[in-house]
Order: sequence, then C-alpha cells, then structure tokens
Amino acid sequence: MAATTTVPSAGPIPGSRSFLSRLREGDEIARLITFLFAASVVLVTVLLIFELWQESVLPRHKFGLHFFFTRVWDPIAEQFGALPFIYGTLITATVSLVIAVPLGIGAAIFLAELAPARLSDALEFFIDLLAAVPSVIYGLLGVFIVVPVMRDYVQPALKSTLGFLPLFAGPAYGIGFLTAGIVLAIMVIPYIISVSREVLMSVPRDQREAALGLGSTRWESTWKVVVPFARAGIMGSIFLALARALGETMAVTMVIGNTPTISASLFSPGYSIAAVIANEFTEATGALYTQALIELGLVLFLLTFLLNGVARLLLVFTTQRGGGTAHA
Amino acid sequence: MSPRLRWRKFVSGFMLTMTGVCALVAVSVLFFILGYLVYHGGTSINWNFFTKLPTPVGENGGGMANAIVGSAKLLLLASLLGVPIGFLGAIYLAEFSGSKVAFVVRYAADLLNGVPSIVIGIFAYSLVVLPFKHFSTLAGGFALGLMMIPITLRSTEEFLLAVPRALREAAMALGASKWKTIATVIVPAAYRGILTAVLLAFARVAGETAPLLFTAFGNRFWSPGWNQPTASLPVMIFTYAVAPYDDWHRQAWAAGLVLLGLILVINIVARAILARGIAVPRA
Repeated sequence: MAATTTVPSAGPIPGSRSFLSRLREGDEIARLITFLFAASVVLVTVLLIFELWQESVLPRHKFGLHFFFTRVWDPIAEQFGALPFIYGTLITATVSLVIAVPLGIGAAIFLAELAPARLSDALEFFIDLLAAVPSVIYGLLGVFIVVPVMRDYVQPALKSTLGFLPLFAGPAYGIGFLTAGIVLAIMVIPYIISVSREVLMSVPRDQREAALGLGSTRWESTWKVVVPFARAGIMGSIFLALARALGETMAVTMVIGNTPTISASLFSPGYSIAAVIANEFTEATGALYTQALIELGLVLFLLTFLLNGVARLLLVFTTQRGGGTAHA
Repeated sequence: MSPRLRWRKFVSGFMLTMTGVCALVAVSVLFFILGYLVYHGGTSINWNFFTKLPTPVGENGGGMANAIVGSAKLLLLASLLGVPIGFLGAIYLAEFSGSKVAFVVRYAADLLNGVPSIVIGIFAYSLVVLPFKHFSTLAGGFALGLMMIPITLRSTEEFLLAVPRALREAAMALGASKWKTIATVIVPAAYRGILTAVLLAFARVAGETAPLLFTAFGNRFWSPGWNQPTASLPVMIFTYAVAPYDDWHRQAWAAGLVLLGLILVINIVARAILARGIAVPRA
C-alpha cells in the first residue's frame, strides 16, 4: 500500500507515453468526448442564468427596485409589483419552518441517538420514500384532505382560542397562508430529518461519552453537547429546507388561494412567486407581462441559489469538524 | 435519589419520548398518503383509465391513456438527454479532469440541482417553446432532462470514485489503456450504483409538474409525434384536482395512485439494487 500511495495518480506516470500512442489507444478521444458532456453541464447552467437575466430586461428597466415594493399587480394597466407574491412566499415558508424544524430535528435526534441501528435505517428508508413523493400528490391531498380539515376543525379552533391575535383573525376559508405553510412543512420535514440525522451521526462518539461520564442524563448529553456540536450542520439542513419551501410550486398553488393579498391573518388567501408563475405564464400577453413573470423567476432563482450556497458551506463546515475530531 | 436528579431523569425520559413521537408522526405521513390514495384512487381505477381518452366535461367515464403515453414519451426524452450527459460527464469528473475543471462542473451541477423546477420550466420555454412557436413533447422532455442531469452526474461520480484504486491499478498494470480500464473495469464495478442513480433521477422527474405546465402544456387528445403539446399524468392530476367536477376528482385520485405507485416502486427497486452491495470488494 505504501508503494502505491506515493504515485500521484492511478495509472502510469503522465508523459510516459507519447500523445500519439495515447491517441491511438483512444484515451484522448474518450477524454475529449466526456469533456464535452461535462462542459455542457456548465454551458446549460450559464445559459439558464443568462436567459433569466436577458428575458427580464423590460420590467427591470421600467420598474427598477420599485418592482419589489409595489403591491399593484395589474396586467391590463401594465403595472407590476411583486410585493404580494414575495410576502406570500416568505410567510408560507416561515410557517412551514416553524412547524417543520422542531418536528424534523426531534425525529432526527430519535433516529441518530436513540433508535437501534436497524430501526433507524428502516425509518430512514420511509423518510427517503416520503422525500420522493411528488409535490402534485401533496397538492392533491392538500386540496381534498388538509383544506376541509383546516376549514372545519383547525381554523375554528384556533379562532376560538387564539382569535385575539391578528394572525388568526378573519373568516376560515380553509385555503390560505396557513394551509399552504402546513402542506409545505409536511413536504420539507423529510429533508430536515435526513440531513440532520447524517450530521448528528457524524458527531464523534467521545463527545457523547464525555458528557455521560460527567454524569449528564441521556437527554442532557444530546441537547447540550451533541446538538450544539452539530449546530452548523443542522442550520444547513434548515437552509436546504427553506430553499425547497421557497421554490415549491404545485402544492402551494393548489392550496394558497391564488389572490394577491397582503394580510396579517394567516387565514387569508394569498399568492406566492412560484404559484403566480405557474398560473399566469401561459396566459401572459405582451412582452412586459411575460418578462415581469420571468423576473419573478429570477428572484426565486437568486433566493434559492443564495440559501443553497449557505447551506452547503454550513454542511461542509460541520462534517469536516466532526471528521477532524474523530481522528484526533 | 435527590429530587433534582429525579427531575432531570424525568426531563430526559420525557424529551426522548417526544423525539420518538416526532419520528412516528413524520413516518406516519407516508402511510396516510398511501392510505388515502389507495382508498380514493383504488375505487376509481379501472381498465378504462388506462385505455380511454378523457371524455368531454359532464360526461362520466373515460380515462387517461393519452396522459400515460405522454408521460412515457416525456420521460424517454428526458432520459435520452439526462442520462448520457450525467453519465459521461461523471466519467470525465471521476477519471480525467483536473481539480479546477471538476470544481466548476460540480458547482454548476449543484447550482442546476437547486434551481426551482418552475424556473427550469421558464428556461425550457424560452429555449425550446419560443423558437418552435408552440408547446411540445420536445420542450417538456428537455425540461425534465435538464433536471435529471445534475442528479445522475453527482451520484454517478460518487460511485465511480468509490471503486477501489487497486482495481484501476491492476487493469493498468496489465497494459490496458485508460478508456479500456474505464469501460471494462471501473464502470462494470460501479454499475449497481450507477443504475441506482439513474433510477432515482428518473423517479424524481417522473412526478414533476411545474416544468411541464408551459412546455408540454396539456392535451385532451392523443399527441402525435414529438412536436405537439401533450398530456402528462402529473399535469392531469393538477388540472383535474383543481377543477370543480366530481368525476374529474375521482380520476385525479386514480392518476395520483398510479403515479405514486410507479415512483415508489422505482425508488424501492433502486435501493434494493444498491443494498445488495456494490459488486466490488472493499479496499
């Protein structure tokens, strides 16, 4: 093993064969062909960003930053303000995280710390399947199961107990910000669980043993030692979930109500960026209307790009730290 | 036992139980979904669902044969685009590239993977629908194929890199050229993993709806060739679920059951392939 590790790359030392002999054996051709395919990935991604930027030039010039702070969305008068959609997207994502984060992290703690390995793997298998359920199915169940339950039971109950808060005021339609947030929460929980579980399992064993050895209970060692150690990674999983929640289209479109309103009440029907693109893109007439929708797409792209980037940094940071101490 | 210790033990037991409850709630959602779909969809599925075209509004019966064929065509196109690029690109990353190029390609792939599916739809619209001037199977397949690329690429690369060094060195020592080593030793050694990656990518895009809304659009009839708008199962579920007709709702449930069944089966098969072990010895 020691002899092989000193050679920098598998295979003969570079330059030991002439370019021509490598060409004859097909290496250079294989390299070129696979390179073209790999390069096409970069090309497509660059093209995607370019198209989004290029195709949203009209509203960017016409409205500038006002686009983000105007509430009027009137295609006939050619007035486009994105505020209600941005508001709806942020509110539904916030509601979903408020529900999904405690549930997801709780479940991840159970899977990583408590459950025996076989049970943990079996449950993780179901969680993975849950993550594979397409969003239109969540939307289907949202429309026919969650909306009636919200309208008939949950919203009246919230109203009679917490109705003094502006959050839970107004008529109970069933559809709206709260319902969309709940459906989103159900959708992002599997992501939080799988990523957090992995991060928690990468926490070195001696951390737990040290805490237990000092006399802490199982929960204290988990909550005060293991979870703080994995904090950055857990944050990463939350950012990933947030990115998913912001970009989610179908399930939200089906239960949010599709009315561009800004209301403090979570019972109110609303609209989200992804939903307005889904509903209006095919019927948008005129370049400005279409391009305003594409600019919304650009906003969505930038938001998710940012969140995914932060999430990746946090995850790399934790797994490296976990791995580093394990070897020490 | 002091009261303080008793309290700490109680908190510990209580909180740990709560984490178990969280896990139970999370997992039970899957069974709720399956249960509801089987309950509502099972009663609406019949032979007509698979063989008949949709009937006009108000007339009961009919099926989604065109949507099933449409989805199959879309997925075929998506695989033709996504699998070669993902697979060959991964070979370049794992076997040929220097670290700088690899970083750029990986970064681009991760970025593409994170793009919301509705934005992929906008991109396919402006790249394929606008030049051809109408919605088409081609555009829908393109959109889904784009989404397959990063998933296939990243996991294939991981499985290629997991092939032990000793295998490469043995092949090289026998005088095989690099591409021969890749084609006859490395890829066969990693084929289970690669197959899993491709199947998972396929299952992921099979249920995608948002990118099809303004690329494949929809169609109440058969869509001949590749250049016409086409129906697809996910889009049908969406349009039927939000429409106000009871008969359409039944059909939406049936379509949901078929789609979810397909996706879960592919997922389980993919994981089973992987779980039987990558057919290479651990180094």
